[in-house]
Amino acid sequence: MSFDPVFTFGTIAAAALIGLGVSNAIDGTSSWSRAPAAVAELVTLKPGSFEHPQPGEFLRDNHPVPAPVTKETIDTPLEIMKFQVTASDYDRCVSDGVCKPAGSSIVGNVPATGVSFLDAQAYANWLSAKTDDTWRLPTDVEWAYAAGERFRADIEGGDGDPANPARRWLTQYRNESALGRKADPEPRPAGAFGTNSKGVADIAGNVWEWTSTCYGHVTMTSDGVARSLSNCGVHVVEGFHRTYMSNFIRDGKSGGCAVGTPPDNLGFRLIHEHGGFVQAALRRLGLT
Amino acid sequence: MLTRREALLGSVLTAAAVATIGSGPVMAAAKDVTGLPREKVTLVAPPFVHAHDQVAKGGPKVVEFTMTIEEKPLVIDADGTQLNAMTYNGSIPGPLMVVHEGDYLELTLINPDSNTLAHNIDFHAATGGLGGGALTLINPGEQVTLRFKATRSGTFVYHCAPGGAMIPWHVVSGMSGAVMVLPRDALKDDKGKPVRYERIYYVGENDFYIPRDEQGKFKQYDSAGDNYDDTAKVMRGLIPTHVVFNGKAGSLTGENAMKAKVGETVLIVHSQANRDTRPHLIGGHGDFVWEGGKFANPPAKDMETWFIRGGSAGAALYTFRQPGVYAYINHNLIEAVELGATAHFTVDGTWDDDLMMQVEAPKAIAS
Repeated sequence: MSFDPVFTFGTIAAAALIGLGVSNAIDGTSSWSRAPAAVAELVTLKPGSFEHPQPGEFLRDNHPVPAPVTKETIDTPLEIMKFQVTASDYDRCVSDGVCKPAGSSIVGNVPATGVSFLDAQAYANWLSAKTDDTWRLPTDVEWAYAAGERFRADIEGGDGDPANPARRWLTQYRNESALGRKADPEPRPAGAFGTNSKGVADIAGNVWEWTSTCYGHVTMTSDGVARSLSNCGVHVVEGFHRTYMSNFIRDGKSGGCAVGTPPDNLGFRLIHEHGGFVQAALRRLGLT
Repeated sequence: MLTRREALLGSVLTAAAVATIGSGPVMAAAKDVTGLPREKVTLVAPPFVHAHDQVAKGGPKVVEFTMTIEEKPLVIDADGTQLNAMTYNGSIPGPLMVVHEGDYLELTLINPDSNTLAHNIDFHAATGGLGGGALTLINPGEQVTLRFKATRSGTFVYHCAPGGAMIPWHVVSGMSGAVMVLPRDALKDDKGKPVRYERIYYVGENDFYIPRDEQGKFKQYDSAGDNYDDTAKVMRGLIPTHVVFNGKAGSLTGENAMKAKVGETVLIVHSQANRDTRPHLIGGHGDFVWEGGKFANPPAKDMETWFIRGGSAGAALYTFRQPGVYAYINHNLIEAVELGATAHFTVDGTWDDDLMMQVEAPKAIAS
């Protein structure tokens, strides 16, 4: 897949301190109920276009085919969390009585893991309410854009052979085996997997991330007309490879990937909807 | 907490008590055996099986094997959970030994002084002497040689049985394997017609009982002896924390998936030394299955799932008819998926539309 290099250096690794945590530090109070301390370092991605293998399963003339690659456009600057939501971030939502305790007992500056799509959504809603701003899961396209050169998409089995459906299954199985990825279950401190060319950290490490894109079956005809049927009980999960998980699954090992390597962990990062608030925060910090 | 030294001492004392029940050294048949031809076999780690003839060439012989016992930590799942394993020849399960009915199996068992515990071997294929357990108890630094006559054909478990509470603990620490005694004139189907296999795989299933800490995480111990007290408590609950094939969840998947081709006949030997199991090949069958593993009985035909009693080994013969990725599982699906008892076969070949085809791909329900 190709990414316009303009956008790879055009990103702003902006340390945007969101919420009243800033004034919190100034007036010395630490009560969360009075002052939301949600601190999220954001990366702003410039608008751009890129080639993107679509998520889901695709059929042409009744036979499975590789996901079609389409040109996608991000037309406004995209603000995404540099790091995955950490266990300490998530714990604040738990302490507030809004989020369910995560499935993983690991605490501190490590990605929150053992969280389902529903948990991630609850966190996004809570954070939005706390900060009076909009936080949401990225779409599959947005995640791929932020992932840049680390984006892999589905492990493909190639074109279905109408005479032998097993060929695709075997190809896919062997492609996945050939990657030789060993299970790596222990979450590492935020940043441990480094940043990509866009300044986004920990992409395709050992925590897969929920997206807001639903799983779907797409049927294409030879003249290109597509009909899709989506199942929003299952969402696209992105990471080392793309996979699909039921909304309530918190441990990827038992939630999908009928054959092959399952995600080590499930976590998430959020998109911040731009509303002029970041600039204000930056000004307050003297960063502009 | 039991120390290493106490564990060693305990097992020796118990085993000594057991040994008094057993008979003395076997002498009677020795003179008949001296003139027999001898064959030395080098064992290979499961799921593979050492080269062997399906139909015996010539008369009975003495087949010599050597196994070295290794106590060592092994990782048993993707989370890195550690078992203080006790192994025959370094693998879980121990290697499959193949002889023919009427042959003599002669095993030299070595317990290097790097080990900390006393061990022995009980062959379900053997007659007398607690299956050989009474004649094979060795401390670290010792070796022993046992010979027994393979009087019955079939697949049989062997396992460590060093007395009392040591027996189940050694077995659930990995010390089991299997022997296959083939009829001299090959396996036969239900009508007595000889059948052959092009490939053979040996799957050993284990139930493990790993203690957890207060947070519910699996505990790690420096040595086998250190885990005994905690492990025994989990064992008594009878609910395994892991049920796996060949020592580890995922040991027979991915790059290590078993392989076959359409048209090939595969013999799958499946042992479980401690606990019942029910192998099932998803998308396939057992053409001929010796559930109890004993070849003098006609095999059951066309099985969907077969039952392997705890403490036995069974064998299933199947000719693959369709290519694809097959899962071979313990069809308690919780044990297969949640606890680890899943293996894969990758099978190449030509698809047969007559056996199966997708008549219409998924689409919106017709209104």
